[in-house]
Amino acid sequence: MRKIAVMGDYDSIYGFQTVGLSVYPVSTAEDAKKTFHKLASGAYGIIFVTEALCEQLSDEIEKYRGELTPAVIPIPGVSGNTGRGIEGVKKTVEQAVGSDILFSEEGR
Amino acid sequence: MASTRVNPTRMELTRLKKKRITAIRGHKLLKDKRDELIRRYLDLVKENMELRRKVEAGILAANHNFVIAKAGMSEETLNTALMAPKQGVNLEVEKENIMSVDIPSFKYKTRTADAADVWSYGFAFTSSDLDDAVASLADILPDMVRLAECEKSCQLLASEIEKTRRRVNALEHVIIPETEANIKYIVMKLDENERSTQIRLMKVKDMMLDKAHGYTDKIPTD
Repeated sequence: MRKIAVMGDYDSIYGFQTVGLSVYPVSTAEDAKKTFHKLASGAYGIIFVTEALCEQLSDEIEKYRGELTPAVIPIPGVSGNTGRGIEGVKKTVEQAVGSDILFSEEGR
Repeated sequence: MASTRVNPTRMELTRLKKKRITAIRGHKLLKDKRDELIRRYLDLVKENMELRRKVEAGILAANHNFVIAKAGMSEETLNTALMAPKQGVNLEVEKENIMSVDIPSFKYKTRTADAADVWSYGFAFTSSDLDDAVASLADILPDMVRLAECEKSCQLLASEIEKTRRRVNALEHVIIPETEANIKYIVMKLDENERSTQIRLMKVKDMMLDKAHGYTDKIPTD
């Protein structure tokens, strides 16, 4: 039985504890890296990470990309949407198809 | 392609012909695999996109609600209200197989029977904005889990598609042409050897006839 974790700055994520997710507020980059490794190797199947923190943890997240779990999913924080989440989807499309077919046809 | 020259023998020729048949068969199979993977992937990535837009909008709205709720009450009250969450989520991870790629399938169970039962505080000291904020977050949770499933699957499929595409291209543009060039080279070489043997025999015959009878066959020698 796994759990779902949320990482980010406290203001962005404190609400998630009410719906039953485990929240891990982090402030410094080192702290974030340590926490992330602990969560990723532990009992968590999904880790939601705020987009701002994703930026700092990109190397760590890359390591778990090929694994079945955890699924590391960027979510917008309280400071707004940086577009990183969409960027990530775009990147997989490019990797799979070779060019960015989905978004050019949508005419973003 | 001429860099790795092969031995022009019949044994090598048979080996290369077998190799070519295997390569062509493998190429066809891998191409089919790639096409099917891409078909599945495109369906999945479209869903992924839609979910992401929905979830991002939902989280932004929820954050907005939380900011309003926070503005309407003291920090301590808010912290106390959220301190002991009533709801818990347990996640079950199952493996699904698409064309030999394992993708996760997430199912979650909430601790209380009613998933909407998320209020961990009495309503007396908190503002109604907080209730709305918590409810808006609870509403998007199923979509968030589905998004996680979709996005992870997309990542796994994408890397498998990339690998398969490389293999298909390597077979199509390197292995198969190389094998064919080598086969052609061996066939030419063997034919050439056969012709030279023939000529040598004819010459020997002429020389022998000449020695025995002073008689030359058709080929005049200089």
